[in-house]
Amino acid sequence: MNAVAVEGVWKFYGDFPALRDVNLEAASGACLALIGRNGAGKTTLLRAIAGFSKTGKGVIKILGTSPREPATRRNIGFIGHGIAVYDELSARENLTLYARLYGLPDPRQTAIEWLERTGLERVRDGLVREFSRGMRQRLAVARAFLHKPSVLLLDEPFTALDDRAIAVLQSLLRDSLAEGRTIVLSTHQLREALELASDVALLVRGQVAFHGPCTPEMVADPGLVYRRHGEG
Amino acid sequence: MRDKILYVLGALAVLVLARNLYVIAGLPQEAAQGAIFKIIFFHVPAAWTAIVAAITALTMSVQFLRTKDFKYDAAAVAVTEVGLAFLAANLVTGSIWARVIWGIWWTWDVRLTSALVCWLLYAGYLMLRHAIEEPTQRATFAAVFSILAFLDVPIVYFSIRWFRTQHPAPVFLSSNGSFPADWTRVLLSNWLGLLLLAIVMTAIRLRQEESQREIDSLRRAAHAM
Amino acid sequence: MSFARLVLVVMAKDLRAELRTKEALNASLAFAVVILVLLSFVIESDDVPQKALGNLLWLVFAFAGTLVLNRSFAREVPNDCLDALVAAPISGAALFLGKALASFLLVLAMELVALPVFGIFYNVRWAQQFWPLMLVTVLGTWGVTVIGTVFSALTVNIRLREVMLPMLTYPMLLPALLGAMELTGDLVTGTPIGPDTVTWLKLLVGFDVLFTAASVTLIEFILVG
Repeated sequence: MNAVAVEGVWKFYGDFPALRDVNLEAASGACLALIGRNGAGKTTLLRAIAGFSKTGKGVIKILGTSPREPATRRNIGFIGHGIAVYDELSARENLTLYARLYGLPDPRQTAIEWLERTGLERVRDGLVREFSRGMRQRLAVARAFLHKPSVLLLDEPFTALDDRAIAVLQSLLRDSLAEGRTIVLSTHQLREALELASDVALLVRGQVAFHGPCTPEMVADPGLVYRRHGEG
Repeated sequence: MRDKILYVLGALAVLVLARNLYVIAGLPQEAAQGAIFKIIFFHVPAAWTAIVAAITALTMSVQFLRTKDFKYDAAAVAVTEVGLAFLAANLVTGSIWARVIWGIWWTWDVRLTSALVCWLLYAGYLMLRHAIEEPTQRATFAAVFSILAFLDVPIVYFSIRWFRTQHPAPVFLSSNGSFPADWTRVLLSNWLGLLLLAIVMTAIRLRQEESQREIDSLRRAAHAM
Repeated sequence: MSFARLVLVVMAKDLRAELRTKEALNASLAFAVVILVLLSFVIESDDVPQKALGNLLWLVFAFAGTLVLNRSFAREVPNDCLDALVAAPISGAALFLGKALASFLLVLAMELVALPVFGIFYNVRWAQQFWPLMLVTVLGTWGVTVIGTVFSALTVNIRLREVMLPMLTYPMLLPALLGAMELTGDLVTGTPIGPDTVTWLKLLVGFDVLFTAASVTLIEFILVG
C-alpha cells in the first residue's frame, strides 16, 4: 500500500480544470518532489492531497484511507504558504494548542521539546508577531512536525527561509525520511529539494508530464526535467 | 428543442394572463374596497410563486451540496432571482393597495412585513454570491446560506404574526369576507399564468448563468496559458 | 481527545487571543455606550415608554455584538491558520462550537457591562426580574452568536466582510431579536414573563435549537470546499 495515492484526480474551479487526470503515488519512506511552473497546479494538488478541498473526480488516499478521516488526519503534517500560527499567542502557547488538538499525551512537554529542536527555546514566551521571519518559519515547521506525522505535505517550504531555517528544515526532513516517514513537497528551490528527493513529478498545466525516480543527473542539473518534459 | 418549449410556455403564459385580465375586468366590484381589490389577483399569486421559488431554491441548494454539480447551483441562483422579482411584485402591489385604501404607502401588516424581511433575506443571498469570486466556494457558501434562509422563513412569519397578535394593527390586505368560488378559480388561473411566466424567466436566467460560467472558465484557461 | 475537550481547547484559544489584545471587546463596549448615548436624544424628545427602552437595548446588543462576532473566523485568516485547524483531527462541529462559545462569552461580557450603563443612563431599575432577564439574555445572545459565527465563516474571505456580515445576519436574526426585545421590554420594567410572553421564550429556545443543529450540520461544507 502506498503512503500517498492519487488516482485519476480532476479538480475544477467552476468549469476550469486546475488538475487533469492526475495519477501519482509515493511509497512509504519516499520523498516526492513536485515541480512545475507557477499555476501548474502544485498547490492545488497538495491541498487536495491534504484534504482541504474535495476533488471533482478521482480518489485520493493517504495510508489507504481518505485524508479527511480523523485517524488519517493525525498522521498528516502540512506546511502551506501561511505559517498557520497565531500572532497574538506565544510560541509555546501555539505549539501547546496544536499538541492538544492532535491529542498528544503531554502537550506542554511536547511543545517545549519542539521549541528546543527548532532553536526557539529562548523566545518561547515571546508573541509570534514579534518574531523575525526566520523564527516564524521555524515555528511553522515545529507545528507541522510535532505530532510525528507519517506523511508530510509541504508547499514550497524552502521559499524565503533564512539559512538557519533551511538547515533546521533539511535536518528534520532527513531525520523523518530515516524514520520511514513519507514526504511530498512542492518546490521552486530545485537544488535543496532534489538533494532529498527519491522521486520527482513534473506538473504542466494540471497534468503530470513526468513521474519517475530522482537521478544523480537531475540533482546535478536541476533544469533537466523541465527541458526534457516541460513545455520549454 | 429547449427553445421551442420555452416559446410555447411563454405564449401560454401570455395567453392565460391576458385572458384573466379580461375576466377580472368583467368581475363585479368588491363591496368595501372597490376596484382596487382586484389587485389581489396579482398580489397573492405573486407571493405564492415566490414561495414555490424558495422551495425550489432549497431543493437545488441541497442537491448541489450532495452532488457538487454546478447545474444545481445555476438553477438555485436563477430561481432565487426570479423569486425575488415576484416577491418584489408582491410588495409593490401591496404598497399600491395600501396607498389607494388607506392613503399611506406602507403598513406593517403581518404578511407585508414578512414578505419584506424574506426579500431582504434572499437579497442577501445574491449579495453573498456577488462578493465571492471563486466559483466552487461561491456555489457552496450560497447553498448553505439558501438552506439557512429557508429554515428561517417560517420562523420569521410566525414571530411577526405573534407580534401582531400582541400588538394588533389593522389588517386589510386579506379578504375578510367570503371569497366567491368563481373568484377563487380566477385567482388560481392567474397563479398558473404567473408560474408559467416564472418558469420562462428562470429558464432564460439559467441559460445566461451557464454562459457566464463558460466564459469564466475560458478566461481562467486563457490566463493559465 | 473527546469532543467536549476539543470544544474547550478551541474556545480557550479564541478567548486567550482576544483577551490579549481586547480589540474587539473594547470596540464593542465603546460602540454600545455610544449608541446608548445617541439614543438618549431620541428618548428625551419623545415620551418613549420604559418598555420600549428595553426593546432598544437589543438593538444595542445586536449592533455591538457584531463587532465581536465578525472576528470569530476572521482571526483565522492571517497566516492561514484556518488551514491548520481544518487539517487537525477535530470535527467541524467541535471547531464551530468552540468558536461560538468563545464569541458568546465575549458578547455576554459586553452585555453585562452595557446593562448597568443602560440602567444608569435611562434611570431604569432593570434588575427587578433579574434571573428571567439573565435567561432571556443568554438565550437571545446564543441565537445571535450562532448565526453570527456561521456567517463569520461564510464571509471569511470575501470583500467588505465587515459590511456584509451585519447585512446578512440581521434579517435572519429577526425572530430571535423580536423575541428577546419583547421579553426584555417587559422584564426591565418589572413585568414578569406571563402566559402571553412565554411564547416568545419558546420561540427563542426553538430558534436556538434549530439553528445550532443546522449550523453544526452545515459547517463541514463551509470548511472543506
